[in-house]
Amino acid sequence: MYTYNEFDHAFVRDRTAEFRDQVARRIAGELTEDEFKPLRLMNGLYLQLHAYMLRVAIPYGTLSARQMRQLGYIARRWDRNWGHFTTRQNIQYNWTKLDDVPDILDALADVEMHAIQTSGNCIRNVTADQFAGVAADEIEDSRVWAEIMRQWSTLHPEFTFLPRKFKIAITGSENDRAAVKLHDIGLRMRRNDAGEVGFEVIVGGGQGRTPIVGETIREFLPKQHLLSYLEAILRTYNLLGRRDNLYKARIKILVAAVGIEKFAEMVEEEWHEIKDSALTLDAAKIAEIERHFAPPVYQEIAEPVAPYDAARFTDPAFAAWTRTNLFPHKQPGYTIVTVSLKPAGGVPGDATAEQMEALADLAEKYSLGELRIAHEQNVVLPYVRKQDLHTLWQALGEHGLADANIGLITDIISCPGLDYCNLANARAIPIAQRLSRHFSDPALQSEIGPITLNISGCINACGHHHVGNIGILGVDKKGVEHYQITIGGIADENAAIGKILGPSFPAESVVDAIDTLIGTFRKIRTEGETFIDTVTRVGITPFKETLYANH
Amino acid sequence: MKVTTRVMTANRLGDGAVVYLAEEDDWVLVLDDAEVADGDEAAAALEARAAASAARQEVVSTYLFAVSVTETGIAPVSQREIIRAAGPTVGTDLPATTPLV
Repeated sequence: MYTYNEFDHAFVRDRTAEFRDQVARRIAGELTEDEFKPLRLMNGLYLQLHAYMLRVAIPYGTLSARQMRQLGYIARRWDRNWGHFTTRQNIQYNWTKLDDVPDILDALADVEMHAIQTSGNCIRNVTADQFAGVAADEIEDSRVWAEIMRQWSTLHPEFTFLPRKFKIAITGSENDRAAVKLHDIGLRMRRNDAGEVGFEVIVGGGQGRTPIVGETIREFLPKQHLLSYLEAILRTYNLLGRRDNLYKARIKILVAAVGIEKFAEMVEEEWHEIKDSALTLDAAKIAEIERHFAPPVYQEIAEPVAPYDAARFTDPAFAAWTRTNLFPHKQPGYTIVTVSLKPAGGVPGDATAEQMEALADLAEKYSLGELRIAHEQNVVLPYVRKQDLHTLWQALGEHGLADANIGLITDIISCPGLDYCNLANARAIPIAQRLSRHFSDPALQSEIGPITLNISGCINACGHHHVGNIGILGVDKKGVEHYQITIGGIADENAAIGKILGPSFPAESVVDAIDTLIGTFRKIRTEGETFIDTVTRVGITPFKETLYANH
Repeated sequence: MKVTTRVMTANRLGDGAVVYLAEEDDWVLVLDDAEVADGDEAAAALEARAAASAARQEVVSTYLFAVSVTETGIAPVSQREIIRAAGPTVGTDLPATTPLV
């Protein structure tokens, strides 16, 4: 993991001290809200419906057990004993008090964390594949590059006041788990014909009110040019992006306006000017960052691991969990565990202080002290020995963390919605709760198979509804919450935007509507076919017909 | 029918709590204790008092919202204001409307 150097420590401490002074001046009345608002937003502090909300960055979703424990401590000491993990791999505290925030930031700085770049029109906290560094299918550890981008982007003087916020995601695998095509810039590591590793550069993706799948502007970018190329993209956008209309200010609108070829041309032209500048990453600089992400010393473990197999054969509930919550590790004898934060009837992404502390303890015991946050709002233990799985699963169960539903219909992504968020038009979490309770039967979930179901409480799409196989969007229809349903969305390397099925439903009809869609799917699927494959094969019409025939 | 009864709300500066303007420029936590303005003139008076309070750095984000006044008390019209008044509905079973107590 990356550890702060002296500069990082001093920078974060200075920033906290600066904000402490700003908060004191605000409370003393020396700063008006208009003056204070941009300052608090630069430190991740929002004013939501009921309280101040602090959004803490978890760079590329990686954190240590010590950091997770501190997140739990903060939840207990300064919030209401829980936190909410988000689709940006961050954590949000919903009930913070203004004059506590400097102390919270100090507590974060103690464990090398902060809330910078979680708000405002800057380059936001870079997101990455939650399995980076350990996935069997990966080309290289994308966190090295995410960290390089973090260092480059933090307080970048030229890009602190962009036309709008700017989000970058990176994946080190051909299989995209970071939704890179739905970001302002998406990076996919790949090998060229010569076997060298570089980046495919995708721009102009995004969700929100204008969902667009990003397009590739460069098939292969040699590693050493990453920052100069990004700088060329950002410069082009910063210069030409619209500042007159909030809704047309993202890079996707610019790319759509000028066309992808023209945009690529402009970027290449700019890049030509700065390609061999100080931004070029030499081997020593890259190695310095790589050092932080050096693989741990693994034990030599022969496969198959007998005690693990024995436990699977004798404990069906454990076996079910291993079928859904594990992912192949690059090291024999190890596996990647995804811990579900989606219990039946629970709030997607919420974890209590006790759960965070338990996860920290378990990470220390079974995962070399490291955890990840997935953008699907789950927690990952990246280094688990297969022989420890049964014990780990039992321990997770003691804390309500052993649900076997990763990638299934109850593994719902949900934004906070109108229960907390100032921007929302409708509630999202209660819909997720009803749905996860409705589909809680493990046999039914298993029969339905892999599917993504995402819910957003407004068109800003923090709940990624556009790219859910089933997407639910909360809308305000004459003052009453309604929900629009889409199907066919995909977030991975085959990214697609879901199609709207028809008129929206009132809250009380949403569970029935989703049940109808699933019933239709089960009737028309071919054997073993997934929901999204069925939708791709038959289109949306059969779903539309049954949905609106019954409602 | 246009709702003419309105209440002034804001978030308290220190903790962001939802508050309502009451008599004697007091900001209260309970909607039922709020002062209700009936008509544009009364609403404008609430706005002026709220602006003065915001200028004294007591509250932020002041605005008027529609309420209905019945024998049982003051009730917001919009779902957003129902949730602001009663708190998140998370953990409940999504009732048709959020109970206010």
